[in-house]
Amino acid sequence: MTATVHRIEIHRRPEAGDPTADAIRRDAAGLPDALVPSSVHCAAVYLLEGSLADAELLRIAEELLADPVMQSAVIGAATPEPGQVVIEVHPLPGVMDPAAASIATAIAAMVGEDRASGIVVRTGRRYTFGGIDAEAGRELATRLLANPVIHAIHTEPYQPSSFPVGHHQPFEVRDVPLCELDAPSLERLSREAHLFLSLDEMLAIQSHYRSLEREPREIELETLAQTWSEHCVHKTLKATIDYHEPADLSDRGAVSIRESAGNRPGHSLGADGSVRIDNLLKSTVAAATHRLMAEGLDDWCLSVFVDNAGIVAFDEDTAVCMKVETHNHPSAIEPYGGAATGIGGCIRDIMGTGLAAKPIAATNVFCVGTDAAPSVPNGCLHPHRILGEVVGGVRDYGNRMGIPIVNGGVWFDDRYIGNPLVYCGCVGVMPRTAIEGDAIPGDRIIAMGGRTGRDGIHGATFSSAELTDTHADEFSHAVQIGNAITEKVTLDAVLAARDHVDGCLFTAITDCGAGGFSSAVGEMGEKIGAIVQLEQAPLKYDGLTPVEVWISEAQERMVLAVPAEKVAKIAAICEGHGVEWCDLGVFGTPGRELILRWDEVEVGRIGMEFLHDGVPMPVRKAVWDPEWAALEAGGEDPGVEPQPKIADIAGLFDAAAQLLGHPNLASKAWIVRQYDHEVQGGSVVKPFVGPNAGPGDAAIVRPVPTSPKGLAIGNGLATGLARDPYEMGLAAIDECVRNMVCVGADPSRIAILDNFCWPSCDDPRNLGSLVRAAEACLDGGIAYGTPFISGKDSLNNQFTTDEGLTIRIPPTLLISGMGIVEDESLATTMDAKRPGNRLVLIGETTDRLGGSHFIRIGGDALSGRDELPTVDLERGPRTATAVHAAIKQGLVRSAHDASEGGLLVAAIEMAFAGGLGVDVQLDMVPVRGDGVSDVARAFAEDPCRYLLEVKEGDLDAIATIFDGIPHAVIGRFTEAGPDGGEVVISSGEFGVSSELADRFRNAWEKGCDR
Amino acid sequence: MTDANHGDAPRALIITAPGINCDGELSLAFREAGATPTSVLLSDLIDRPAIVDDFALIGLPGGFSYGDDGGAGRVLAQLIRKGLYGALSAAIDRGVPMIAPCNGFQIAVQAGLLPGPGNGENWPEVPSRPIVALAPNEAGRFRDDWTGFEIPSESRCIWTAGIEGIDPAVMVLPSAHGEGRFVAAPDVLADLDRSGRIALRYTARDHFNGSQDRVAGICDASGLVFGLMPHPERYTRWSQHPTWTRLDPSVRSGDTPGLMMFKNAVRFALAAVD
Repeated sequence: MTATVHRIEIHRRPEAGDPTADAIRRDAAGLPDALVPSSVHCAAVYLLEGSLADAELLRIAEELLADPVMQSAVIGAATPEPGQVVIEVHPLPGVMDPAAASIATAIAAMVGEDRASGIVVRTGRRYTFGGIDAEAGRELATRLLANPVIHAIHTEPYQPSSFPVGHHQPFEVRDVPLCELDAPSLERLSREAHLFLSLDEMLAIQSHYRSLEREPREIELETLAQTWSEHCVHKTLKATIDYHEPADLSDRGAVSIRESAGNRPGHSLGADGSVRIDNLLKSTVAAATHRLMAEGLDDWCLSVFVDNAGIVAFDEDTAVCMKVETHNHPSAIEPYGGAATGIGGCIRDIMGTGLAAKPIAATNVFCVGTDAAPSVPNGCLHPHRILGEVVGGVRDYGNRMGIPIVNGGVWFDDRYIGNPLVYCGCVGVMPRTAIEGDAIPGDRIIAMGGRTGRDGIHGATFSSAELTDTHADEFSHAVQIGNAITEKVTLDAVLAARDHVDGCLFTAITDCGAGGFSSAVGEMGEKIGAIVQLEQAPLKYDGLTPVEVWISEAQERMVLAVPAEKVAKIAAICEGHGVEWCDLGVFGTPGRELILRWDEVEVGRIGMEFLHDGVPMPVRKAVWDPEWAALEAGGEDPGVEPQPKIADIAGLFDAAAQLLGHPNLASKAWIVRQYDHEVQGGSVVKPFVGPNAGPGDAAIVRPVPTSPKGLAIGNGLATGLARDPYEMGLAAIDECVRNMVCVGADPSRIAILDNFCWPSCDDPRNLGSLVRAAEACLDGGIAYGTPFISGKDSLNNQFTTDEGLTIRIPPTLLISGMGIVEDESLATTMDAKRPGNRLVLIGETTDRLGGSHFIRIGGDALSGRDELPTVDLERGPRTATAVHAAIKQGLVRSAHDASEGGLLVAAIEMAFAGGLGVDVQLDMVPVRGDGVSDVARAFAEDPCRYLLEVKEGDLDAIATIFDGIPHAVIGRFTEAGPDGGEVVISSGEFGVSSELADRFRNAWEKGCDR
Repeated sequence: MTDANHGDAPRALIITAPGINCDGELSLAFREAGATPTSVLLSDLIDRPAIVDDFALIGLPGGFSYGDDGGAGRVLAQLIRKGLYGALSAAIDRGVPMIAPCNGFQIAVQAGLLPGPGNGENWPEVPSRPIVALAPNEAGRFRDDWTGFEIPSESRCIWTAGIEGIDPAVMVLPSAHGEGRFVAAPDVLADLDRSGRIALRYTARDHFNGSQDRVAGICDASGLVFGLMPHPERYTRWSQHPTWTRLDPSVRSGDTPGLMMFKNAVRFALAAVD
């Protein structure tokens, strides 16, 4: 028998139903008529290459692949009915096919290892459509079912005679002549080789190699490009910056960095009135942490900014760590794979923190274009599809890993159309004995997990570049498809090695992220050097060059430093868990060098010093241009009609319902319910709370399952305030803190993370805006006593269309955090608990409507002032402390932060979540200044405000706690009638009126639903 | 069964494999109910099936075994059919209770462990072909939610015995699955119903996956093997309940329904050695 490719189709029996086909019909209904099929049938296709007897094939089909109750198998291809077309979607050669490996395992169990060893499996999908022709079928598949970046679409059943094999590249050690190049040639080389290095950097490399009197080898240049990429070295945030701002900034009501430069670490005034900032990150974000640690948090902050995640103490024996990553550019091109590998990579960061932490929870925040976007530029996918596939990717990876996704959000804005943001966060738990690890000379370099392929090559440099309409073609190889099960078994094996009876079997661990082995080994060996035998890496297919092995970003790989005598024990663990591993070489060289070999041949050699410290750090110019920023920030949502001034309470109700239905505020249940947010059994406060599943402020989990001590996890995002990123940054910190305080976290034990996603910072105006956000991190972090423990930046988020138009994302700063909840008995949720309880508003409301959702829905700006609300850095933290004190004294039945949409919206959410009604008296709202309209009272988005539900008898105690902080009883919760709760508003301007709470609940539930 | 019980704590075998990810909470549930859990890799069990003899309780946890590729639980079920079915059916024969939530349920129905032989019949030597299935949810997507449940009065299941009459607000269980729609031919369903092998139903209000006859879980004829889509192991303390902060303290004074199920099995295992 010669090897051939056999084909098996698995069809669903009609009586078992086919929800996938139903979903395709639903999705297709939104397409042009010519593409809407009259019938849809789905089938799974398995292609098996190898010598199999007919009887074996039949057994595999009928006993393994088809379930006798609901499926039937066809060997070969079922003949379509007349008038039907067959469309098939198969992964392109070289694209990860995770299902294939699992099926191969089962076939081996069925026919025996010996028979199975030569069998190769590939999987695909068949769709049989009625009522459309083949070309329409192909178009339908392109729009809904396949992505040409990773899939081939066939218009007939696909059964090749053999699978393509990897093509061998000739083995050669190639020099890249650059010592003699002039500046334009260096720039061209950087671009054409996809190095994305600046001219300064190319010149630094040139001068280094001139001094070595040789040309760089290809692998050395690639290593430098990976290590020096913005993605890896954060050269903008660590740069020295000359920041310019208008001289009259503070007169205009904005915070001046120049005037306060003397109080800012690493800041000095230049002769021209500019502010010189040495290493922006160190002088702002990290400076806040170091100041707080000096003032007493040093016992709590166990590891900050140095590892894959930041670590704080949880209890005497346990520490918790957190990391938030972005995976924006891959998600733009292939949203499912990009998002899946985004969360996969962030989980690996946790696995690679200290001597390995166990991931216990994850968060996700997405920023995407609106569903309403009528058309998209060439080279972009429609935002509706992007969000759907991003959610699918996160769901499939997170659920398979068994990590609960407990918190997140979605922010809609059409400027994310070509460059969506996908933030993935992960929280881990570890013994305090495992918070640090360092490779020791002589340790073996052990790689564990997935095999290495061509996938993901140039991901680090790609993510540091700007997207254009041709990127999908040029960088399809930068996209990776994850295999969550490989990562899960790798996690199981890593934890088994960490918790081995003989003690931890490794001295250091990190993950292969951007840059692959080059970054992982380069970082671990930074102080001691390393010798790498590249031919040792297990490959997905033959034919990879040494360069490809070295920089491949194939997923699910960890690198460990293992003392030689412990390698056998690690090997035994890996074999037990079915994890592949290899010995890639040894840490430690006499001259602190990185030496790369392929068998006996040296293919590259770089000094660690030049690799890690050689990147030139030019002084960058930053200009804060408030007028330009105001223009960039925009106002109402595109396509929104300006609405007339609100003249009665009906107008207030309409606006409240419209706000609750705004996609930023509306329920994300269709997303959240697709995540297993309770796996591991640690959940204490879930994403939805109350009998009607209202929007919880933050999640609480138990890091130690047997201890009632909890960990709150929350996020803050205030992109609406992008007109001044300083205020935006403070508001995001305040919101993150408020969210966690509302559920019971102790504000003196909250750690936060910064994650900047900015348009190109080569533009000094964007860099000026970034500086202001970073200064907010310094001031906000110190004021709130919340140390930053880790962070990330992605600084080239814009898309240039084929017509040359550049769409810049709004500057976006996500603040994520975790906070200690001393005991889960403090857990407080936002759903109103009991009729008769009072609604207490803490904090002050102004008429500053700038950046609010009320403006975004077209609300009348003259109801207030077009200015941004501000955070009071003295009162905001004091308020958080007081709210926590009230919760600790048992005075708070429910708590909710008043943020997006304003306090009326928040009060209505509390009522419908708890199945109650609410009376709100706008007259009672504490305001700053005179003449704050009732519209502003209802919908202004001032930060630092909380809504608390308090028993009448506890009001005196509340008054004592909030002495000196503006607060007032603004209403009460009421019993639900036969038609549910009622929302009653009384307004000095408009009188009194009521409306059923269900109207608002419906608006909230349907506003973003799918 | 000499080694199966140490002192008062019966030993519980937790079977793990690539992609199994609810072994932690299942172990904890057994521990809280008074058992001593041990996780063992399926590959080790297939190498030495006699390991199963050391245990008085068995848990087949949820997760995405082998990525659920080819169908939820398909690959792991194939491995059990080939290498562990004999040891597991022998354990059931000697009275070992076994629970299989979620992916465990999907595996058990394909491995020939559920619904098992008819009343009074022996376990066949070769695993039988599946006669029930867990198909994709009606809505076509994964869903995490808490649902009300009912225990049919004629159920033989030892895990759910005596769990009734508590406050309806707490008679809920968490589910999280994409393929949980129970499907069986009408005669099979009628036979399961008649023989007391339908162990758990969703309430009509919370029936989200489209299962026939609202079936959420079934048991074998002995009542020892309990397969269900919900996760009782994620409801062993009150603070896991979705609205626990509003429950009256008197309601949350005893055991949760989830913990009661595990305590039932532990009591049964203890009685079996006495």
